[in-house]
Amino acid sequence: MEHFLLQLFIFLTAAAIAVPAAKKLGLGSVLGYLIAGIIIGPYVLSLIGDIEEVMHFTEFGVVMMLFLVGLELKPSLLWQMRVPILGMGGLQVVLTTIAIAAPAQLFLNWQQSLAIGMILALSSTAIVLQTLREKGLMDTPPGRSVFSVLLFQDLAVIPMLALLPLLATGAAHGDGHHGGGLFDIQALPTYLRILVTLLAIGFIFVLGKYGSRPIFRAIAATRVREIFVAAALALVVGISLLMTVVGLSPALGTFLAGVVLANSEYRHELESDIEPFKGLLLGIFFISIGASLNFSLIGNEIVLISGLVIGLVAIKMLILYLVGLIFKMAQKERRLLTVALAQGGEFAFVLFQLSKTNGVLTDELIDPLISAVAISMFLAPLLFILHEKILDRDSAPEEQGDSDVIDRLGHKVILAGFGRLGTDLGRLLISAGIRPVILDHDASNVDVLRKFGFEVYYGDVTRLDLLEAAGAGDAELLIITIGNVDKARALVTLCQKHYPHLQIAVSSADRAAAYEFMDMGITVIKRETFDSALALGCDVLQLLGMPTYEAHRLTRLFRRKDEEMLPELHKIFKSDRDHYVSMYQKHNAELEELMLLDTNVDMEEIERAWTAGNPEE
Amino acid sequence: MKKILILFAHPAIARSTMNRAMKEAVTGLDGVMIHDLYSSYPDFYIDVGYEQRLCEEHDVIIFQHPFYWYSTPSIIKEWLDLVLQHGWAYGSEGRALEGKHYCHALTAGGDDTTYRSQGANLFTIGELLAPYRATANLCRLRWLPPFAVLGIHRGLPDQLIRSHASNYRRVVTALRDEQLDLQAVSDAAYLNSNLSSVIRQP
Repeated sequence: MEHFLLQLFIFLTAAAIAVPAAKKLGLGSVLGYLIAGIIIGPYVLSLIGDIEEVMHFTEFGVVMMLFLVGLELKPSLLWQMRVPILGMGGLQVVLTTIAIAAPAQLFLNWQQSLAIGMILALSSTAIVLQTLREKGLMDTPPGRSVFSVLLFQDLAVIPMLALLPLLATGAAHGDGHHGGGLFDIQALPTYLRILVTLLAIGFIFVLGKYGSRPIFRAIAATRVREIFVAAALALVVGISLLMTVVGLSPALGTFLAGVVLANSEYRHELESDIEPFKGLLLGIFFISIGASLNFSLIGNEIVLISGLVIGLVAIKMLILYLVGLIFKMAQKERRLLTVALAQGGEFAFVLFQLSKTNGVLTDELIDPLISAVAISMFLAPLLFILHEKILDRDSAPEEQGDSDVIDRLGHKVILAGFGRLGTDLGRLLISAGIRPVILDHDASNVDVLRKFGFEVYYGDVTRLDLLEAAGAGDAELLIITIGNVDKARALVTLCQKHYPHLQIAVSSADRAAAYEFMDMGITVIKRETFDSALALGCDVLQLLGMPTYEAHRLTRLFRRKDEEMLPELHKIFKSDRDHYVSMYQKHNAELEELMLLDTNVDMEEIERAWTAGNPEE
Repeated sequence: MKKILILFAHPAIARSTMNRAMKEAVTGLDGVMIHDLYSSYPDFYIDVGYEQRLCEEHDVIIFQHPFYWYSTPSIIKEWLDLVLQHGWAYGSEGRALEGKHYCHALTAGGDDTTYRSQGANLFTIGELLAPYRATANLCRLRWLPPFAVLGIHRGLPDQLIRSHASNYRRVVTALRDEQLDLQAVSDAAYLNSNLSSVIRQP
């Protein structure tokens, strides 16, 4: 236990030091993790023990990441992407396999060449997706293309796992089977295996589509936060296990579950619950890749390995460029695709291991290749940086235009609270073509509203991670319509601290709440009942015989006077805050102040306009 | 019988005497609709479709209003800006108003002697209404001189108010019953310059 804690401490400390340093230097978090790994690894400080086991365990971070990616991809969007996934991804994998296997044939037999070609055709989902997200490229067209290819690669791992044992030429070392311990699917006849696999996928679909909502609602109703986290984790872990048992990629299974849940109102909640686990696991995974770099081997075989790295990156880039050409991508997009996927992937470690145990490849072949893959993964974030530098130099003004278009297409607005006031406000925004991300903490409320086609999510908005998941980081505006003053105030404080760029508009329950928001520096404050009071008053004046237009003018004049009085009353409120013993006393004193000011307000201004007589006579 | 639409615009009707008296004088007349713009649109959000329908259903359009700053109250400008759409009121396809009669019924502070080139206001009422006349021309409306009640800023005796109001009623009724001598009236400065000579007896 102590050993485990010590190891954990070393990993976490290394990450906590290296990542901020790397970010400060503009290198991105992935490179920071990798460097941290090298430093604590066996060739520098030698602080950590069994790297392979750590790597194996933290691979689960990739699974969680695919779940999160799935959550952001609605089924309809995925269907739209079928051409790039199958076309681009298929072409990339097949062409790269051939391009690597062909030269390898000069030195090895065809089975080994094919195995190496397949394994090296894969790229690093973990590094590429993390980097794309960090750079905000996930939702751009080239980002989608990159993702499509990665998705196909994850799919391709399944037939590769099946194919590798068939390529064996040497004797197998031990048994290659590493399925789950629950039951052995390999023992079943083929048709049953296919049936079980289909059933498993069907189960995920049904669970996500029909089962998840009542379960999550019941859990949400308990309002015990960690139970929701537990359920979310259990979901991801359970699906991974199921997939492993039926012989599919866990990453693919959770990705599927994510896609099915992408339309769920609990999406943001799931996202914010899984996100920290994913981040931590992936971080440690990257560290272990850094730590696994075998520097003595690299030192001895420096010529061979650097040749392999250069060859690998060059071949992959060439093929990717070709794929981009075939799919008629714009030059800029093609460049990103070319750079993004030019590295070996984490699946290579798994597949090399498998081909060794199956007797396809030997240690002498595998070791330099694994080093080459690890180095190419290390180079990936550096290539991204290089790409950005070149892009900056080439097309800075063009970029400017692009971001303009994005702004006009979608304003990013978060609407916190979707009660009586929030509903009408939300409807108004939607009618103006603005689709706010709506957050509400009433699960049943959320349910009903979703039925009417609103995009509403369940969650407590004063939680930082939920705000993050809702996109507060790049939103431009937050609208607060929460009746609970303490909650609203907490939310304002939170946003001012973590998202200082975010504009805030508040609906305040009453006058006193408005003063408090004024204290916090909010300028757009509307008192919840003030406008309906004036509207009703205006109608009443007309019922009493006042001409319509005059009643409207008087109401507007009153509103302006009230707004003018607000700072003065605010001052009085501030100086008197502590004088009053009870809330009741305070309320009365305030009312008195208000009435006094009202009687002094000059409503005569309305009389002066539009009278026929010459005022001078 | 012609149908008459009076578009009434006074932002402070409670403090008006002449306009109110004139309005009351034509209220309830058969075939005459009074449409109070400031009451209907206190927020100036004019229902264009409804206004166009009203115009299409009537043969004579009268803007009744006080003469503010040598022009109409602002809501009438808003009305013109929004309702007179291309393709409806003007343009090669815009013939909805073609042939309808159009005039202003206005009240002004200064008297007739101030509305001339040597007077305090430099221009005649007819000259000052030039933008409206040009608008009517573009929309193929048939322009009539204004029904004008002048010199009201010192206040008018009740007697005079009643007589102006009843003249207004006579003109509106005559327009409705097609008893107004349109030829004779087109040369006059005001519709009500010489009523007995322009209204034919039935």
